[in-house]
Amino acid sequence: MAKSAFLKSSIAKKYWMALTGLFLCLFLTGHLLGNLQLLIPDNALHFNQYALFMTTNPAVKILSYLTYISILFHAIDGILLTIQNKKARPVGYAKTDGSSSSMASRNMAVLGTIILVFIVTHMANFWAVMHFDKKMPLQSVTIENMGQKMELYVTTDTGKFFPKDSIQMMQNGLEIRNRTEFYNKQANLKMGEGYKDLYKITIAFFKDPKMGLIATILYVLAMFALSFHLLHGFQSAFQSLGINNKFTPAIKKFGTAFAIIVPLLFAIIPIYIHFLLK
Amino acid sequence: MSAAKNINITLKIWRQKDSKAKGNLETYTLNNVSTASSFLEMLDQLNEQLVNERKEPIAFDHDCREGICGMCSLYINGRAHGPDTGITTCQLHMRMFNDGDTIYVEPWRSRAFPVIKDLVVDRSAFDRIQQAGGFVSVNTSGNTIDANAIPIPKDDADKAFEAAACIGCGACVATCKNGSAMLFVGAKVSQYALLPQGKVEATQRVLNMVRQMDEEGFGNCTNTGACEIECPKGISLENIARMNREYLKASLK
Ligand code: HEM
Ligand code: SF4
Ligand code: FES
Repeated sequence: MAKSAFLKSSIAKKYWMALTGLFLCLFLTGHLLGNLQLLIPDNALHFNQYALFMTTNPAVKILSYLTYISILFHAIDGILLTIQNKKARPVGYAKTDGSSSSMASRNMAVLGTIILVFIVTHMANFWAVMHFDKKMPLQSVTIENMGQKMELYVTTDTGKFFPKDSIQMMQNGLEIRNRTEFYNKQANLKMGEGYKDLYKITIAFFKDPKMGLIATILYVLAMFALSFHLLHGFQSAFQSLGINNKFTPAIKKFGTAFAIIVPLLFAIIPIYIHFLLK
Repeated sequence: MSAAKNINITLKIWRQKDSKAKGNLETYTLNNVSTASSFLEMLDQLNEQLVNERKEPIAFDHDCREGICGMCSLYINGRAHGPDTGITTCQLHMRMFNDGDTIYVEPWRSRAFPVIKDLVVDRSAFDRIQQAGGFVSVNTSGNTIDANAIPIPKDDADKAFEAAACIGCGACVATCKNGSAMLFVGAKVSQYALLPQGKVEATQRVLNMVRQMDEEGFGNCTNTGACEIECPKGISLENIARMNREYLKASLK
């Protein structure tokens, strides 16, 4: 009996909400540290290296699958709980006084749904492009050689570059295979590996003359929703897991700081790109 | 304290003929209510007026009228047991209201607490949760052991006593946006889990009580904390956390 109850009972559902929610907080921290590299003025290298690492490293692969599963499980469980909770009060009150609980705590499902819509569009805009788009550009740099400007593809070997100009590529017998690999056609030999230029995609996305401002505003609004979700959610997860003791005041303080700082730093990035980046 | 005076009020009260009928809010005016009277005395006064007008008096629950039995209920102006904290409806006084006020009076709203008539709801779901495990099995065949024979650490005894202060009124369910009974069940689980006599049956108790709670159709706790604030006995959210720990321990056994 105990085993089946461990998925279905009210309390067990809350353990899963809490565990997946806290895991997603870890994910947010990692994701934020990556995104902040967009702000480093280094010709995109840090950020694109990070993007490559995130799509190829095996440990990251495992973590990313855990993240997908957590988001799905958290969202489905959260919606199931919310439906049950609505059913628990079929007839509502004519008059209610909200003073005994916080706004955020009463609207976790609405806030979560906003976050879910954000995650889906966010993945369509960046994750899907990075993973599947055949036209994803490779990172290049412009150098000046005796008054002549040249575009060169950057590769994972520092100091190794390939010309971007397609005629020059042909003259050197080079071609790009599998979106990122530079091959010597005749020898069928891999000469180097380029970086997908996620940096360029991101900057273009938020600087787009038509949609850039709207994208920035929606991004910031989603971060507000995330902030409120976490303002209640972070400390709530500990209570769900049965942790309510002398550390609780510290957990609450940390949770509040986390809920404000993390979404704020996320939001600063598109604001910086849209309004300040030259 | 300022001297008692008389006030005139308007009441919007839920009337419902029986459990099947569709109820509605009725408006009543009541004059010359002493601010020294209790809320339930005010309802008695209204009922007297209704009887004199040859109308059906309003049904509401009450028994001890001193905050110990847990029988009175009432959702008053959007709050369980009305304005003021740490009190039951029977301990609420009319000095909390002003002349000319409109006061909403509604029954507890929960799928697990169906309305029987007017403001009276059926709280036997709580009884069934208690029967599922809210007890210790003691042989009472004439040589019952003195409960105080086992020494108990003061801290545990205090916490168990605080949890045992729950009078089963259901305000926690009524006020929770999810109609969750976890404060009540948390208090009942804790009151035994903290004591040596209760530890013997702790595993089965928490599993059975939570299963019964879920079967009765109460909602799930979202940790909004509204129950703790509206509870007349100040039952702490720590008791829900303790229940969650007990449940985890029991499930892993
Ligand atoms: C990065 C994204 C997210 C993070 C970091 C996050 C984090 C959390 C945390 C820590 C909790 C508290 C768990 C508890 O009280 O035990 C929570 C609760 C909740 N989350 Fe999320 N969440 C995220 C996304 C979502 C999404 C996409 C949904 C979709 C519907 C959602 C819906 C909910 C709901 C309904 C609750 C309240 C559940 C309850 O207490 O019964 N969340 N979240
Ligand atoms: S926990 Fe408080 S509000 Fe809930 S039933 Fe017990 S005394 Fe009433
Ligand atoms: S009538 Fe007994 S507690 Fe109010």
